[in-house]
Parts: sequence; structure tokens; C-alpha cells
Amino acid sequence: MSIINLSRREWLKSSAVAGAGLTLGVYFNQALAEGAAATPAAAPADAAPAAAAAFEPNAFVRIAPDNTVTIISKHLEMGQGVHTGLATLIADELDADWAQVKVEDAPADSRYNNLFMPMQLTGGSTSIANSFMQMREAGAAAKAMLVGAAAVLWSVPVGEIKVEKGVVSHADHQATFGELANLAAQQPAPKDIKLKTPDQFIYIGKNNLRRVDALAKTNGTAQYTQDLHLPNMLVAVVAHAPTFGAVVKNVDVSAATAIKGVVEVINIVNAVAVLANDFWSAKQGRDALKIEWDESKSFKLSSADQLKLYQELASKKGAVAKQTGNAEQALSQAAQVLTAAYEFPYLAHAAMEPMNSVVQLKNGTCEIWNGDQAQTIDQIMVGKLLGIDPKNIKINTLLAGGSFGRRGNTNSDYILEAVRIAQISKREVPIKLVWTREDDMRAGYYRPYFYHVLKAGLDKDGQLIAWQQRVIGQSIVANTMLAGMAQNGIDPTSVEGSGGGYAIPNIDIELHTTELGVPVQWWRSVGHTHTGYATEVFIDELAVAAKQDPYQFRANLLANQPRLLGVLKLAAEKAGWGTPLEGKRGRGIAVVESFNSYVAEVAEVTVRDDGTYTVDRVVVAVDCGWAINPDVVYAQMSGGVGFGLSAALSGKITLKEGKVEQSNFHDYTILRINQMPKVEVHIVQSAEKPTGVGEPGVPPIAPAVANALSAVTGKRYYTLPLPNQV
Amino acid sequence: MLTLNINGASKELDVTPDMPLLWALRDHALLTGTKYGCGMAQCGACTVHVDGQPIRSCITPVGSVAGKAITTIEGVQSTAAKAVQDAWQTLNVPQCGYCQSGQIMSAVALLEKNPKPTDVDIDQAMGGNICRCATYPRIRAAIHQAAKTLG
Ligand code: FES
Ligand code: FES
Repeated sequence: MSIINLSRREWLKSSAVAGAGLTLGVYFNQALAEGAAATPAAAPADAAPAAAAAFEPNAFVRIAPDNTVTIISKHLEMGQGVHTGLATLIADELDADWAQVKVEDAPADSRYNNLFMPMQLTGGSTSIANSFMQMREAGAAAKAMLVGAAAVLWSVPVGEIKVEKGVVSHADHQATFGELANLAAQQPAPKDIKLKTPDQFIYIGKNNLRRVDALAKTNGTAQYTQDLHLPNMLVAVVAHAPTFGAVVKNVDVSAATAIKGVVEVINIVNAVAVLANDFWSAKQGRDALKIEWDESKSFKLSSADQLKLYQELASKKGAVAKQTGNAEQALSQAAQVLTAAYEFPYLAHAAMEPMNSVVQLKNGTCEIWNGDQAQTIDQIMVGKLLGIDPKNIKINTLLAGGSFGRRGNTNSDYILEAVRIAQISKREVPIKLVWTREDDMRAGYYRPYFYHVLKAGLDKDGQLIAWQQRVIGQSIVANTMLAGMAQNGIDPTSVEGSGGGYAIPNIDIELHTTELGVPVQWWRSVGHTHTGYATEVFIDELAVAAKQDPYQFRANLLANQPRLLGVLKLAAEKAGWGTPLEGKRGRGIAVVESFNSYVAEVAEVTVRDDGTYTVDRVVVAVDCGWAINPDVVYAQMSGGVGFGLSAALSGKITLKEGKVEQSNFHDYTILRINQMPKVEVHIVQSAEKPTGVGEPGVPPIAPAVANALSAVTGKRYYTLPLPNQV
Repeated sequence: MLTLNINGASKELDVTPDMPLLWALRDHALLTGTKYGCGMAQCGACTVHVDGQPIRSCITPVGSVAGKAITTIEGVQSTAAKAVQDAWQTLNVPQCGYCQSGQIMSAVALLEKNPKPTDVDIDQAMGGNICRCATYPRIRAAIHQAAKTLG
């Protein structure tokens, strides 16, 4: 299929069908209807501001007389490279010079919706996928109008005009975009937009671009929410409840208010906020609060009890998520039956920038500054709290110092906290809520704790004939405005990826959805973080039981999955699969499809005599369709490996009588430079439409490492994080 | 009131001596390039130079550095700094970027002491700087590249 021959409508249809985006969209519509709130904002009357007569051909490009091309990004830049990606698409079709391109964040407005969902949201690794045609068209339309302007100015035919690197020319005429901006603004918008053919691309698919944010992120000028200083702004630091669900019974503020710089203490029921002129005073005030909590309704379980609870559920039949053939019967006829149970802890996102947001309520209006992943949801949630029409909630999106899903909270948790503080204080000044690392680590909204029980059967020839997988865990969408995504008791994000893409004639996937007081949320690659591990480690164990090579065993079962098979083969080949390794070294492989991208990883480990080990090398093969920015694809794969490895080696949030036991980076350790393996990334050359890369690098790494360790030790690893010594 | 020497200029700040340097820089000198990540010397996001030495400003009382030369990401200007920033940009090191001021300050300090660091030297000097986006391979490559530029 040639990606460039699709019309936008065909494109969207073909892109969304397989994606989670569509599901999300359908059910979100219901939520919108119920809330009757999110009427899409009309294009603001000042859409084409008179400001210095910039040329604004559409919502995504602005060309100023000073020759700057500003790309308006509808997606949050949180490290994944989307500012660069969207700019690449527009700049290529526009034939802009990369040096003249700047990116600014879009306001919250329905014109900036994710085309896969009826809302403005960055997530599900959909940014490039949904924008691919839209941004190219935006760039091409702008170029057509610049050319049209030049044709008028020079009285020459449009067809004879050339555009190259930001310069429009014809024989002896030449003009920059900036010089033509005024005139271009008077040109009619083109009806037929002609896009480039791939051979004409100058930036797309090339490795010749510096990230648009590279400079600001190396000289200290990049602006994150944390960095905002507005006139009269106050800083809020909060004392959160010690357990989930506790509320304030009593608070003694005397010591806090005595601290220099403290302005006010505000009780918001489930937390107490101290407002001060700067962070340090607010934090000292917070630490001086004496709060008595009512914990009668709070969540009080310990992690060990939770495991027991889940194990009990695992012995009972759950809701059916997927059923093919008759697994029960096939198992009874199998020559070999294997069972295994896997345990996955809660995980914190632990973005480097702890959660924060700035809110100003003034004269009945609300303005928010935030590294915002889900503007529409936040508008609805805040609108509901304040009784303001959501479209009048103004959101200024800033760079996010990481997110990994955390800033796309379906309950808008930390934003609502800031809004409530502002609401009660009635001060009408900007209030910056700043969480400490400890606040961030203990606030919940974790990757849910999961427990899986698997059972599979091999026939006498070692053929995999049956697969049962019972998944137990909390639903991410339950009790949120996306609750409709769960149908017949199945939250798709709990089970997605179970069983992988393997050709197994009899499959049963079941789910027990638990309801616990610990808030949960998507965490980079969502359900695949655990289903990928259970599936890929179990497949490995089955391969060994079938006396087959783990790579070959997978390849046989993926014969009808060309893209999974393609990355599997590529990773194996590049890693030298099958070649001997000396000493106590081993290789492990895993392959996972997530968010319509296909990733295989081969990990190489060395086990020392004392059982400690290092992950030395990881070979990644990725098929993400057309790779818009190969350099960003590399970065996301490598970063995904590091992020996933961090969780595999030590990521774990545990509870003791409801209290989160971890608090900062000393007890929730993050992968450091000396632990980072060498990573090689191989991108499958593809003419398929582009899919996402922000998340799909994560799922295969933990199982690849576990399988590599097993190759050395002969033992299997059923619990994450992996043991320190094997 | 405390007088500090920040990036070569003298600045009067209305802070108490026990305030960590980090917050004096961020909230009072309005130099926000230096980041808060943990507040307990675990992540390195707050790294600045005091008299040329890399320190964690989140646990350094501002009173203890009065009279000393404080250099932040906004003011770091040495040849090594230039080489490091160039390498960081050319190799597209940053992802979210939040840790990178601290990474760069640590890397500059390393190269100023050790112009030809080995991988082990890099592990040691950079081990206190967390990058949640795991940009480590490029950090390593950029340090080697900067070392090469510096000759
Ligand atoms: S903020 Fe200082 S080391 Fe983390
Ligand atoms: S670039 Fe995101 S934490 Fe380092």
C-alpha cells in the first residue's frame, strides 16, 4: 500500500480501525453527551489576529514577516519528540528551512483534537499517526498560498515557481516566506492540496534534523510548569493524606503560619495546602502543619494481603475477554501442561518533573498552565468543579519534564487539587501547586498491581494447542469519564496483548477486575507492561518444554503475522541469535505488538559468580510503518528500553496497611547510567502508515532480560521486579 | 538579605541562610534552568558549580556559598561547557530535557578535571544524575564527542 495515495478520510478510516483510539473515541462521546459539557469551542473570533500581519493559513502554521515559521503543536512535548515530529511533517511539505522553524503549543480548542478521538489528547502513541496527513496538508496549503502570492507579485505562472528551503523563486525573482507573508494572507485557501511523493521528501524519513527543543533543553531556557513565575504568584505545597481515602479531621496551623513567607493555609478536605511566596517557605509551612486525619474510610491493605486476595480470585473463573476454540478440552488432551503465575507490582511514573500546575481564578474565569496531556478531559473536570463552561477554561500547555501517562489523568487529579486551592483561597492570583518528590511518589495513580495465572498445553510434537490466561487487577478506566471503554466487564487496557499474536487454536483470556482504594492509571505502554511479560516469559518456558529454540518456537507460531515475524527475525539476526556466548552469559528474546507498532528485543546478560548480573546489550527491531524521524525512533526505543529496564530491575511500589512505603529515589530506584546497556536499534523499512513509538519500546525488555537470565540459570522469574541475584 | 556571586554577577537575595541554594536560585534569582527532582541529593537535577566543583544545590544551604562563585546552566561558559552543549545538541541528547541542565553541569565538571574520560570515569562522574527518559547512551556519546572536540 502506498501511504501517500490515501485521501485524508481513507487515511483516518484505515488508521483508526485497528487502534485503541477509535474505542476511546466512541465511549468518550457518550461521556461528552452525559456531561453535556464539552461543546467544541467555536473558532475564536480573533483566530487571525492583526498582530504584525502574520500569515496564518490554518490552525497549525504561522509565518511572520520576520521569516519565522511557527508550527502550532496540538500535542504535548513530554520528551517523545512530537514537537520535532509535527514540525518535520509541516516543514517538509512547506519546504521551509529547518532553521526558521519554531514550535509553540496549541491552546485548548477542538481544532486541535486528536483525529483518532473526539478530544485533545496526547497518548496511546497516536500523535504522529493521527497527524501525519493533517500536518502535511497544513504545510502544503501554506506553501500553495505563498506560491500564489509570488505569482501575483511577479505576474508569472504558479507552475513555474520554485520553493526551496524557505525561499520562493522564479527566474530573476526571489523572496523569503517572510517577505511574502502579507500577500500570502490574501490568497484564497487552496481547494486541491497536492502532497509530495516520498521521493520529494526533504526531512521526512531523513536523519538530518536537530530536535527543535535541543537548544532550549541544553541552555536552561526550556520552560516547564515548574519554571513559571507570574506576577503576584503564590506557591502551594500540600500535605496529602497518609492513606488513600483519608480526610482531614483537624488541623493546627499555628506553627505553619508563623513561618516567614507563609500567606495562608487551606483545608481542601483530603489535603491541606500552605500558600507562600516561594516554594521553600510553603514547604516549611507544610512540614509544620499538625493534622489529625480521619482514616476510617481509607484503604488499609498491605501488599502481602493484596497478593492473597488476588490468588484467591485466580482460582475462580473470570469474565471472558477472549475465547477461541475450546482451551479446557484441548488442555485435557495435551501431552504436556504447564502452569505459571506472575506477579506485577504497582509502579509510579516518577517523571523527573514532579506533578505541578498553575491556576488562576479571576472574575469568574479560569486559566491553567500545565504540561497537559489531556486538555479536553481537564477542561471538563475543571468546568464541572467550578460550574464554568469547559470551553472557557483556558489551558496553556507547557513542556513536560516527562509524563509517561501521568499528566493524562482521567480524574485530572493534581489539576483539580490546584483549582480547589485557588477556589477556596479566593485570592485571584496565580497559584502554583508544586508537589515534592515524596508527594508525587505517594499520590497513587500507579500502573495497577496485576496477577496473572497461565496454563498452556503442548501436543506430543511440541505444538502449542491451548492457552489460558486469567488476569487479575484494577481497571484504569473504571469510575472515570472513560468508563464506557469497559464492555461486558472487560476493561481492554487490562488484558490487551494477552497471548500475543501467536497462532494458538484454543485460547481463553479471562479477567477479574478488582476494586481497591489505590488510584491507578496508564503507565507507558499500559496493559502491555504486564501482559507482554507474562506472555513472552511463558512462551519461552513453553519453547524449552517443547525442546525448541525460543526464537524458532515463536517464529513458527507467527508464520501468519508478517510484521511480528519481521521484527523477530531482524532482532535475532542482528543480535547474532544462535551464536555461542562465553561464560555465564545468555540471550533472551521477546516480541510485542503495542499501539500498532511491532517491536522485538534481544537482551544479553552476564551473570556473576555471586548471582548478580548486568544487562550488557539490547538489540531492538521496530516496525512503526513509515519512520518520520528515524533519530527520534531510535531515542524512543532506547529510552523505552531504559524505562522498562528500570521497572524490571527495581520498580516497585508497596503498601503497608495502606501506606505507600516508598518516597523518593533512594527507595524507588531508577536506572542509572552504569546500568544502561548498549542499545542498537534497527528500523524496518516500511511504506505502511506511521504508527507510534513513544510506548512500544517498553514491553519487550523485561521479558527479554528475564528470558536471558533463564537461559543462564535454568530458573524462571515469575515476579517483577526481578531478583537482585539469580 | 544575602549577597551571592551568581554567574559572575553579584546578587542580593531576600532569603534566609538555611534555604537550599536550589530554591534561592529558582524562586529568588529567577534562574529556573537548575531543576528540582528529589531534594535529597539522589538525582542530580539541581547540579550547579560552586568554585568549579559540581554540587547538589538542593541540599546546600545558601548561606554556606555566600562569597563563592556559583555557576548555573544559564552562566556556564567555559570551553568545556561550549563543547558539551554543542555535543548535546548535535547528538539530540535531550528527550523531556528536565534532567539535562544537571547532566550538562556534571559533564562539564568531569571534562574540566579529566579531558579524556573513559566509560568507567563517565559512570562514576555521571552516576548521580538520573535521567528518567534514559538518554544515557547519548549522554555517554556526547561526553566522548565533547572530549574529542576539546582535543
Ligand atoms: S534535586 Fe538535588 S539531587 Fe535531586
Ligand atoms: S531527558 Fe527526561 S529525564 Fe532526562
